[in-house]
Amino acid sequence: MASISSSNTHGVDPLRPADHIDSLEPEASSPGGTGGDGINQPKLGFVGWLRFAWRQLTSMRTALLLLLLLAIAAVPGSLVPQRSSDPNGVTQYFDENPTLAPILDGFQMFDVYTSAWFSAVYLLLFVSLIGCIIPRTKHHFEALRARPPRTPARLGRLAGYTERMAPEGIDAETAIATATTQLRQAGYRVERYEQRGVLSVSAERGYLRETGNLVFHTALLGVLVAVGFGGGFGFSGQRVIVEGQTFVNTLAAYDSFNPGRFFDDSRLQPYRLSLEELDAVYETENRNAFGQPIDFTAHVTVEGQGEQSADRTVKVNEPLYTHGTDVYLLGNGYAPTITVRNADGEVVFTDSVPFLPQDANLTSIGVVKVPDGMPEQLGMVGFFYPTQEALDTGAYASTYPDLVYPVLTLNVYQGDLGINEGKPTSVYTLDPSTMEQLTGGDTGVDSIELMPGETTELPNGLGTVTFENADPDAAEGDYSNSVPRFASFDIHHDPTQIWVLVFAALILGGLLVSLFVPRRRMWVKAIERPDGRISLEYAALARGEDPTLEDAVTAFADKHAGPADDAK
Amino acid sequence: MQLDEISILCVYSAMVVYAIAFIAFSIDLARRSAAATAADATPEPTAEAPERVGALQAAAAAKASAAAEAAAAAAGGEAARPESARPAKARLGAAGGPGAGASVAYGRSPALRVGVAMTVLAWLLHLSGTVLRGLAAGRVPWANMYEFALTGTLIITTVFLIVLVVAKQDLRFLGTFVTGLVLVLLGIATINFYVSPIPLPPALQSVWLVIHVFVASASVGFFALGFALSVVQLMQARREAVIASAKAAKASFLATLPDAVSLENLAYRVNIIGFIMWTFTLMAGAVWAEKAWGRYWGWDTKEVWTFIIWVVYAGYIHARATRGWRGSRSAWLAIIGFSTVLFNFTVVNLFFKGLHAYSGL
Ligand code: HEM
Repeated sequence: MASISSSNTHGVDPLRPADHIDSLEPEASSPGGTGGDGINQPKLGFVGWLRFAWRQLTSMRTALLLLLLLAIAAVPGSLVPQRSSDPNGVTQYFDENPTLAPILDGFQMFDVYTSAWFSAVYLLLFVSLIGCIIPRTKHHFEALRARPPRTPARLGRLAGYTERMAPEGIDAETAIATATTQLRQAGYRVERYEQRGVLSVSAERGYLRETGNLVFHTALLGVLVAVGFGGGFGFSGQRVIVEGQTFVNTLAAYDSFNPGRFFDDSRLQPYRLSLEELDAVYETENRNAFGQPIDFTAHVTVEGQGEQSADRTVKVNEPLYTHGTDVYLLGNGYAPTITVRNADGEVVFTDSVPFLPQDANLTSIGVVKVPDGMPEQLGMVGFFYPTQEALDTGAYASTYPDLVYPVLTLNVYQGDLGINEGKPTSVYTLDPSTMEQLTGGDTGVDSIELMPGETTELPNGLGTVTFENADPDAAEGDYSNSVPRFASFDIHHDPTQIWVLVFAALILGGLLVSLFVPRRRMWVKAIERPDGRISLEYAALARGEDPTLEDAVTAFADKHAGPADDAK
Repeated sequence: MQLDEISILCVYSAMVVYAIAFIAFSIDLARRSAAATAADATPEPTAEAPERVGALQAAAAAKASAAAEAAAAAAGGEAARPESARPAKARLGAAGGPGAGASVAYGRSPALRVGVAMTVLAWLLHLSGTVLRGLAAGRVPWANMYEFALTGTLIITTVFLIVLVVAKQDLRFLGTFVTGLVLVLLGIATINFYVSPIPLPPALQSVWLVIHVFVASASVGFFALGFALSVVQLMQARREAVIASAKAAKASFLATLPDAVSLENLAYRVNIIGFIMWTFTLMAGAVWAEKAWGRYWGWDTKEVWTFIIWVVYAGYIHARATRGWRGSRSAWLAIIGFSTVLFNFTVVNLFFKGLHAYSGL
């Protein structure tokens, strides 16, 4: 344990790296260190070097440089699109910068936050942090049990030094006893001393400051560990559900699924989630924001195994927490119901096909694939306009995101869909390279154009295609429910999220305590004068940032002995 | 007239009044230089300390039964009194440090008084403009660039005025910087960022908009003030170095300001408040991101820059505790910190792609 002597006021100070501003000067604190002029320096052995390297790594200066390095290392990830947050942006970047992109990729510039160099910086920082907090924590536990240090022989040079005369009739014992009680009541830990017949009390407060600092730094470590584990045991998946459809929480039912390294899919609870209705509200009054989305609400029912089904809602900003998963509403759009019949009038395809929105007014693109039932495989690329309007150029656009005048256009392709080889292909794209275009484009045949409820002939007598009206009983011209909507849900499971939150709270709490609780020592000494009266001396010492130290001494002296004579 | 039009009118009036305040503060700075030239230092008169009775006097009065316990009990009651009255001695003590010998006492010039009065008036107009904007939009007035700027600058002024009331030192000399900064930002916002009030998109409909964005703006207010203090600190440190090397320092307004060490301490105190709020901003943002986007952290550009700012200021705090870095070096870090804040607010909002596309432009 650290020694306590009257000359060493640093006895139970928080343990700081040697280059901390409150530490002793380097000559005194690092005997045998490599600093200095090198004369008479014993040669460092292997262990000596290790120790030296470790001390460098855990110094304040290193922590500072690593912090600044971390800030700089984080910058490139905001300049170049990242695979993790913007995969399409990365693809686009490669298209636009075909020579530069591979070079940047070599430096992991598209995966900055998982790159070797970024990881190196923060791992070093955290090693430094561990090396810093372990000895400090140990030391702090000892300090918590240590007595406040002996009163210095001369208080005169210390902060806020002030003298008072004790009133007549008060002896040294009473004065110091009172001071001791008052200091203890003010939250100080106190110890009385008697040195060469002079009574004094030594007091210290603010151990919480160091506790807060340690909690703060340890919780930083906690966040890092929790985040690391969370990635390993959780999963995230996406699934598009059309109104009226049901999703069962099993691996196969996801459109895409990203498990963590240690994720075990037997832990998925197979609950059922049905999308009853998706409400979309758009601004209609404010002309500056006409058509801007105001609210999306997915009305769903959730049914666990052996449970009653329950009505729930999912909104943007209001995810649904159910059966160990978090369900987020991250997108929505239209899913026109399309039916294709062959020349014999047999239904070869009927489904509600999710169309992906392309703009704020929900001009949407979708693909229909008819693999069987036709002479050749058939593909259709469709545009859907919830409120269609023809531009001057003759092209179509949607001018409002809700269903006012819905129009579907389709271009038909015939040939090989490329889905037979078992290669995974996206349901949202069609590869026309192995197909022959039958309508639209350069074919000279107009694209198929349909409104809800309409049917038209396919080219070459192949059959018919129908755009089903989901609400056939609606009044003439009311299309508001004619096309089903879909919701795209993100479904996540992150078992350590709660831990991240707990550590975050500890970070904030530790920070508040360590920055605002003053740590200080205060001494009161009673000196008997020849005339028998008692002269009282007060002084304090700040341990770290303490702007109110001098005021605190004066305030205490005032409280203890009354205001100073010269101020009366 | 529409509420929003009245709001804009208030904002324009506030800008005019800020401009007047800026001129008044500048005149005051000029006068400080003049005063420094004609200087000789006169100590501040000591303020009167309050009449108070210490525990020991109470004990002596209670005389014969001067049991220490009783005295302590009396002291307990005494302790409940606020320790507000502080003797002038401590205040003078704060002016110590290198170069203190070269400092010049300087009262409050009429120009300074006008500057402060005009700032208060401008603040009232600014506040009205911001509140009316919120009423016009039917929600909190900080949901797009124009509104961030409006509210953010309002908070900068508010923090400045609060600090004037609370701080021991007289920080009125920062008026030139504060009114100047607010004026420039308001000018840019009204000319380049203005959008008429529109309802919130679903992603912004959350209590976290109220909390997260407001606390972020508030910390910017503190960082701005810390930045100004650090800049003055650097200037002051240069001057003190010149004086210490026994060269003749040019008389400048700096002679009437606190010394570099006091400025640094002030800057630190303001900056750590900003830092704590920024820490909260970062965490609240993560909680909101979890609700809105399904993940609490995704290295979106705005998240990246929030993180960078946080780390830079953590570096600043460390620098102040590191031997060889306290003083001017740490001041530079505070200045870099505020530059990243401004960068985050302007360049990142306008030119970087990301989920936080709420500039409204
Ligand atoms: C992981 C990155 C780190 C971050 C984000 C960080 C952040 C902070 C912050 C915000 C403070 C001020 C609040 C407080 O006093 O509790 C602080 C203080 C401190 N940190 Fe760190 N720190 C980090 C790593 C380290 C390392 C590696 C060391 C050891 C060398 C260290 C040593 C200290 C010390 C000694 C203080 C107290 C400073 C004072 O006396 O005011 N920190 N740190």
